[in-house]
Amino acid sequence: MKDPCAHCEEMMQPYLDHVLTDEEMAAAEAHLAGCEPCQRRYRFEESLRIYVRKAATEEMRPELREKLSALRIPLE
Amino acid sequence: MALSGTVDRVDAEPEEDAQRLATEARDRVRFEEDALALSDQVYRVARHLANSREDAEELVQETYARAFRSWRQFTPGTNLRAWLLRILTNLNIDRGRRQQRAPQMQPLEANDYFLYDRLAENGGGVSDEQRVVERLSQDDIVSALSAVPHDFRDVLVLVDLGDFSYADAAQILDIPVGTVMSRLHRGRRILKRELAEAATEEET
Repeated sequence: MKDPCAHCEEMMQPYLDHVLTDEEMAAAEAHLAGCEPCQRRYRFEESLRIYVRKAATEEMRPELREKLSALRIPLE
Repeated sequence: MALSGTVDRVDAEPEEDAQRLATEARDRVRFEEDALALSDQVYRVARHLANSREDAEELVQETYARAFRSWRQFTPGTNLRAWLLRILTNLNIDRGRRQQRAPQMQPLEANDYFLYDRLAENGGGVSDEQRVVERLSQDDIVSALSAVPHDFRDVLVLVDLGDFSYADAAQILDIPVGTVMSRLHRGRRILKRELAEAATEEET
């Protein structure tokens, strides 16, 4: 039998990607519910994703928006 | 009878032509508006596929110029954002913008919890995981992303920043879904290793 926390680690990213089957998801959740260290890691991985996405978001400059509109092909 | 029939037919053609042109013009305007409405989302992804803001801006402009020229190749009702990103990633590859910041060896991958362990241990046992994450600065994250080699970064950026499914990312990059999954897995680990390194440098 595999170490349940090692199995949980394997399931963590697919779990966060929502690509586990219902059965795998139920098993992962059952382990998480009873395992404090894995819960902490889960909260960290989830926060990290949100944080990376937020930090990486750079809005485009208004100048670029205007340039893109100007690329439209005029109607004849 | 024959004569008027001929006249009718000749008259009908320009009319049909005009109708067809009007429909096409309407479709094209709609395509352009739909594409422009997605430009914020396209730019956000492009920014990290490219190595700098300037490269990203150029890439997005070239993408839109090409999209507006070849709009007829887009199948209405399919995923326009993915279609635009496919043009963009192809341009990015073609234009040789794939050089790394500096020549480097393939970074070693970290264990999946490596970053957490590193940050938690240096934080003197901080119990709130959100606080642990916030020990990384925005600069740390932007430069760690740009240090991920392009093959891995393309997938990472499309899925984790662009919210594309594995299947969409596979189509955009023209690679199998299994390759998307393995590159994503490695890309995330490389990113974590880079982040752990940035966090460690700040400690010292």
